[in-house]
Amino acid sequence: MKLKLDPQILKNGLYDNNQAFVALLGLCPLLAVSNTVINSLGLGIATTFTLIASNLIISVLRNLIPNEIRLPLFVLIIACIVTIVELLMKAWFYELYKILGIFIPLIVTNCVILGRAEMFASKNPPEKAWQDGFAMGLGFTAALLLLGGMREILGTGMLFSHADLMFGEMAKNWQITVFKNYSGMLLAILPPGAFIGLGLLIALQNVLNEKFKS
Amino acid sequence: MKLEQLRTKLTYQTLLLGGFCLLGSALLSFGDVKTKDVIATRLAEDLKASLQQVIPAQYYDNDLLQDTVLINSETLVYLAKKDGKVNAVAFMVTTNSGYSGAIQSIIGIDKEGKILGTRVISHAETPGLGDKIEEAKSDWILSFNGHSLSDLVEAQWKVKKDGGVFDQFSGATITPRAVVGSVYQGLQFFKQHRDELLTNP
Repeated sequence: MKLKLDPQILKNGLYDNNQAFVALLGLCPLLAVSNTVINSLGLGIATTFTLIASNLIISVLRNLIPNEIRLPLFVLIIACIVTIVELLMKAWFYELYKILGIFIPLIVTNCVILGRAEMFASKNPPEKAWQDGFAMGLGFTAALLLLGGMREILGTGMLFSHADLMFGEMAKNWQITVFKNYSGMLLAILPPGAFIGLGLLIALQNVLNEKFKS
Repeated sequence: MKLEQLRTKLTYQTLLLGGFCLLGSALLSFGDVKTKDVIATRLAEDLKASLQQVIPAQYYDNDLLQDTVLINSETLVYLAKKDGKVNAVAFMVTTNSGYSGAIQSIIGIDKEGKILGTRVISHAETPGLGDKIEEAKSDWILSFNGHSLSDLVEAQWKVKKDGGVFDQFSGATITPRAVVGSVYQGLQFFKQHRDELLTNP
């Protein structure tokens, strides 16, 4: 398999058909976890990995799978992958697992993954399907990071706090204080802040789209 | 028969679905076997780290995870022993009187009934307000250290707003009130079972 990325698939996943901002899929984990950059990155990587694996496996098997039973099979495959991701995370990233723990099984119900299986992987060859998984995962991660960064700065005045949960001891001092003596804005950390933040980001993308057109 | 024709057959679909279930379970069992020991180690490390925070190292020379006793068949008490004698104990307390959901804490008590330390293990209180019960956010939880049922009377085991000695947080009284209450209950539990715990072989 040649490791060459199709720019169209990449652009589609990152911007044109960004699953979070354009398709508005997978909002439950998106809104619940995006209160810090590190939490966002953790869930983003787990989701991307799941997407690549599920797209690849489903694409390889696409000719074997009859139309009538495709959905239970997709869900079965996705659930297996997610459970394995959860086991791996629990074993080797336990601190991060403690934070993201309850959201990992929720990746199964993230409609982005079933959506890509149905829309793309079941109709395209593996070398394209894994790229789609990668691009869509990257787009979803980027959305999580943008929202997470925004909420963390506004909510706590800091960025990259608790990076050591993911990158180990050396990341203890990665934390950046953006505003000194900041008293915090609770709204940004609570769920309503996630909705408002998401709304603002979608608005921003629409403004950008208008700009590109003219 | 061609694959196209086969795909519409009920037998094929049933066998395929069954086959995938079998394959999936095999894969998961393999994953479970491969990670079981590592996960068990992680959980033990985590518990050990919590125990070390509430019982200082000079109080024991045994393995806290091994020396345990189950009281009322629900509370698991970790016994800190030095030279074979129980020097301090630690156990979990849970309260549901917080602002949202259960607050679980671990509490370490020496043999005289004095608090050595306590930490909140898990909670779902409001971030920025109620989460000051975490040691990472504020040192409020350390204000319990050294207190016991004998140095404070029952009326003092409350937040200041209720006439007690412990601080509440501005904007959040329910959370610290719940934690103070659960620590007080922990001390009561120790008092009731003190003889049973200290004479444990």
